[in-house]
Amino acid sequence: MDDIKEVVLEYVIDEYVDEDDDIEVEADTALISSGLVDSFSMVSLKAFLERTYDIKIPDEDASPEAFDTVNSIVKIVEKYKS
Amino acid sequence: MAYSTATRQAYADDIAAIKDKGLFKEKRFICSPQAAEIEVEYPEGSACEKVLNFCANNYLGFSSHPDVMKAAHEGLDARGYGMSSVRFICGTQDIHRTLQDKVSEFLGMEDTLLFPSCMDANAGVFEAILGQGDVIISDRLVHASLIDGIRLCHAERDTFKHMDMKHLRKKLELHQDKNRRLIVTDGVFSMDGDLCPLDELCDLADEYDAMVLVDDSHATGFIGPRGRGVHEHFGVMDRVDIITTTFGKALGGASGGCVSGRKELVELCRQKARPYLFSNSLSPVIVNATIAVVDLLSRTTELRDKLEENTKRFRDGMEAAGLNIRPGQTPIVPVMLYNAKLANDMARDMYAEGIYVIGFFFPVVPEGQARIRVQLSAGHEFEHIDKCIEAFRKVGEKYGILGLDKKGIIEKYGK
Repeated sequence: MDDIKEVVLEYVIDEYVDEDDDIEVEADTALISSGLVDSFSMVSLKAFLERTYDIKIPDEDASPEAFDTVNSIVKIVEKYKS
Repeated sequence: MAYSTATRQAYADDIAAIKDKGLFKEKRFICSPQAAEIEVEYPEGSACEKVLNFCANNYLGFSSHPDVMKAAHEGLDARGYGMSSVRFICGTQDIHRTLQDKVSEFLGMEDTLLFPSCMDANAGVFEAILGQGDVIISDRLVHASLIDGIRLCHAERDTFKHMDMKHLRKKLELHQDKNRRLIVTDGVFSMDGDLCPLDELCDLADEYDAMVLVDDSHATGFIGPRGRGVHEHFGVMDRVDIITTTFGKALGGASGGCVSGRKELVELCRQKARPYLFSNSLSPVIVNATIAVVDLLSRTTELRDKLEENTKRFRDGMEAAGLNIRPGQTPIVPVMLYNAKLANDMARDMYAEGIYVIGFFFPVVPEGQARIRVQLSAGHEFEHIDKCIEAFRKVGEKYGILGLDKKGIIEKYGK
């Protein structure tokens, strides 16, 4: 689980945080509800998870709420990996 | 009854909460034609008073230009008021064809298709030309209408950080396995007023075999030496595959929009784009007036030159006065305030000084990025611009933000 958390956290920082942003992103940082990741660009994150872990996340499970923190994203990945 | 007293009260409480936060959007009614100087009823029920308008997309002053209005009257007399039809049934007049041809020539494109608005053009274009197996890679700050259109398409979607060409390169590398790739951007971004580096973007498109679509709604008519748009500005007129743009901003300000580009892509829109197939044809009044606008802009750069001059005067004056404006060269000048209530309060005070501007805050712009977005026009005279700058200086002084940077304003007012 920690591996997945690290991988996802690294991706989120690389994909959504600019070098000059004054933001510290951790596993429980709000991503969507804070506006750091908007619901449209969330699609990149979903595609990354599906590609990296060879899973398919149904649209109904790919809600802004489910993707709001790295911790909650890890739970989704674990659910579909098993 | 679904709308009970309790339901009504709950919604009333939601509205009261917005007012308590100082974020309520108040109604203003304009009692004159749209122009640099307008008459406004605000608050509702009060007498109309004259103010200077610095928040319209009326970049070239065509909204009430005598030549444009004359052409509108002529179109009404010659071709009637409305078509009562979608284009492909019996909604296409000869003047629709004329306008399409003139826009193609103006933009340097092979073909053009009119839509009731650029919102409709953006809603229809993606689904018409791409499908499963393709990918659309869009800038994260593209206009909402592009996002809506992309969502309607069955192609895969991805995004790149705003104007970040390194990130775009990464995404293009990632999607080399797709059938077709389409990069989507605004030419001028409507909230920040920044210009997409279209030359670099086209270089990447060539390198990675991708098509390019630009929404130039905030550029057509006045960006580039002859006002053809951002593609002219960057010397890439032959390297953009599709332009979508509006006639509702610089090109007259009534309504209408178009898809302009490679002839096969435009033809596919004509055959398949749902807003084209299912929405009413553009009024002959608007078509004829827009023809007059395109003819005028093809003859002279006088108005785009004046707009450029006005823009420089305003930007230089605001920086000298100590306001925090986003750097740039377009007539969209965001005065950055970061705090939504501050933006709303300052806009209200600016109105009292005779300057009509509006505060922009979430969800129109990202949280913590509130601003007053000033838009210059060729219809402004220097005295108008100087009055606006002085009003911002006076109001800025009242709120203690002159000379403050982002950190200073946020420290004082929060996000």
